[in-house]
Amino acid sequence: MTTTESPVDERIVQVGPIAARVLVAGTGEPLLFLHGAGGLWWDPFLEELARHHTVYAVEHPGANVSEDLEHLPGLWELVLFYDELLDALGLDSVRVVGHSFGGMVAAELAANSPRRVSRLVLLCPVGFWRDDHPIPDIAGIPPETLPGLVLADPESPLAAMLTPPADDPQALFEAAMRMASILHFIWPLPEKGLAGRIHRVSAPTLLVWGEQDRLVDPAYAEEFTSRLRDSRLARVPDAGHLPQLEQTGAVLAQVLPFLEGRS
Amino acid sequence: MRSIFFHLMPYRDLPADFEQRYESIWITPPNSELCDPRKVAQYYQWNLDELELADRLGFDGVGVNEHHQNGYGFMASPNLMAAALARRTPNNSAIMVLGNTLALYSPATRVAEEFAMLDVLSNGRLAAGFPVGTSMDVNFCYGIPPTQTRPRFREAEDLITQAWTRPGPFTFNGRYNQLRYVNPWPQPLQKPHPPVWLAGGGSVETWELAAAKNYTYSYLSFFGAKFGKKLMDGFWAKMDELGVDRNPFRAGFAQQICVSETDERAEQEYLEHVTYFFNKCLHIPSYFFEAPGYRTRKSTEFAIRTNQPGAIAAAAALEKNWKTLNEEGFIIAGSPSTVADRLIEVAKTLRVGNLHALLQIGSMPHELTKKNITLFAEEVMPRIRHIWDAEGWTHEWWPSGAASRAVTGAQA
Repeated sequence: MTTTESPVDERIVQVGPIAARVLVAGTGEPLLFLHGAGGLWWDPFLEELARHHTVYAVEHPGANVSEDLEHLPGLWELVLFYDELLDALGLDSVRVVGHSFGGMVAAELAANSPRRVSRLVLLCPVGFWRDDHPIPDIAGIPPETLPGLVLADPESPLAAMLTPPADDPQALFEAAMRMASILHFIWPLPEKGLAGRIHRVSAPTLLVWGEQDRLVDPAYAEEFTSRLRDSRLARVPDAGHLPQLEQTGAVLAQVLPFLEGRS
Repeated sequence: MRSIFFHLMPYRDLPADFEQRYESIWITPPNSELCDPRKVAQYYQWNLDELELADRLGFDGVGVNEHHQNGYGFMASPNLMAAALARRTPNNSAIMVLGNTLALYSPATRVAEEFAMLDVLSNGRLAAGFPVGTSMDVNFCYGIPPTQTRPRFREAEDLITQAWTRPGPFTFNGRYNQLRYVNPWPQPLQKPHPPVWLAGGGSVETWELAAAKNYTYSYLSFFGAKFGKKLMDGFWAKMDELGVDRNPFRAGFAQQICVSETDERAEQEYLEHVTYFFNKCLHIPSYFFEAPGYRTRKSTEFAIRTNQPGAIAAAAALEKNWKTLNEEGFIIAGSPSTVADRLIEVAKTLRVGNLHALLQIGSMPHELTKKNITLFAEEVMPRIRHIWDAEGWTHEWWPSGAASRAVTGAQA
């Protein structure tokens, strides 16, 4: 994808004891982006969103400063952290896009503070558990099997960014800390009671799922669509658990009109 | 030096191609396929017979520990084994439960109660081990989030020691244990409470706790004195930094030991079983060994700075022949004099006063295990017992009801 790069502003926003790292870029209505277990990167998908919105991409707390997690013992505190972060950013109501774990947090935020979320996009979110489609234990599998679970094409160049080099202990550790800060909220299974709260979500919701998602099976979409008041599902061919990176154009073709209220 | 016969209680009959066919010895080896309860009935009898033999032969202590869902050592409840031992150790060995994995118990008063029961049942012979526990046990088998491993451990340690020492009932308002009434019956016989033995693989936090609370620390690893030295140097440096004395009895180490009449016979008799241990019982993939968040930033930075290889990686890298295993110190094997010389050298190098002697290794059969225990007790123990006497330290962490053979020199 070719774009003119928008300048990305890195801001540290104090939320109580936590110094949140937020990447801000673009112009237009505000959009909050919550990343998944891979961490926060300014990628082509965010770049394109920033051409139409002011994107606030937040780094999940605890990824760098493990003490942050002491202030966030559970999911409730995490959701309240995001609620307070919106206050600190001066944003009353926002569009929210969340991927994977970030999708679960986005759904929880929209359930906790329904009036703050105007439109909700969930990219292959977790949050439910089905015995007929168990979600693999990302901490309990050989790292080299991850691309096969996450990507429609495990040979794609995206595979390299999924696992740090095996001979760099510091890089491996930093990756482990990022992962730990997410496992903190979803261990041992990524199902923490969303079923009892998701009915509170009032925002129109778009679910996007890669048809070859072997980590979180597309069957999970119906757990969301059957409970949400106003939802639609876009299944993306030739994409796995990272559809926004594997099929960026196709995903944007769904997401951008939806965020404008045109679909 | 005190000698404790430490029994892991492994599965002794894994299939020959186990490590090729299965992912791991821990967490996922399919129980209905691999673990025959009829065989286990026999193992448990042998294990207890072996521990009771050690008591009769004059070991200072007998040791058991806790692990889950594995063939490496499937003593899910060491307290059950310790209860059996408390009634069948007439020579008054210390009962070393090393230990209960505190983070797994909610409320942790369960550990306070069972350890107090054991202490009373054994007439004050209990050493209360407080391990943090492996990531396999705590995170994968018991579902505790990795980032909660240490906070739960620390809170449980606080709750248990309070339950043992504070007059009840009192209220405990923890994050993981919230109890209106803490009032266990009985409190332990030993006062103020049974000696606490910490065990670990080199976490800086555990050393700091050992110093702050005056607990012993045992380094439990199978990777020999070369790796052990880096860690124990770190431990003693931390003690120096915190103004704690260098009493060798504050520290222990675990060592696999094979004794025979001669060095050559040791190889003939034990090689197969040692190989079984390293190839099968330590068949653990690295992703199970340390879930993200199990280790803290501080401890990992220490490990990276001191260039510690991952224990499993280090073990895998070694060619596992008898010579290498001996030279690297993974095992100490040979005639009684060879074994005693090596143990003295290692104990002095690490500066440790407690030896957890692993004398049943992998597939080692009952008769050979008894031989190993007997030769160790009769011909090695007398030579290593007094190695710290000249420095004049007292062992402040030995259970007060247990026989102190180092003082009397007597054996029943």
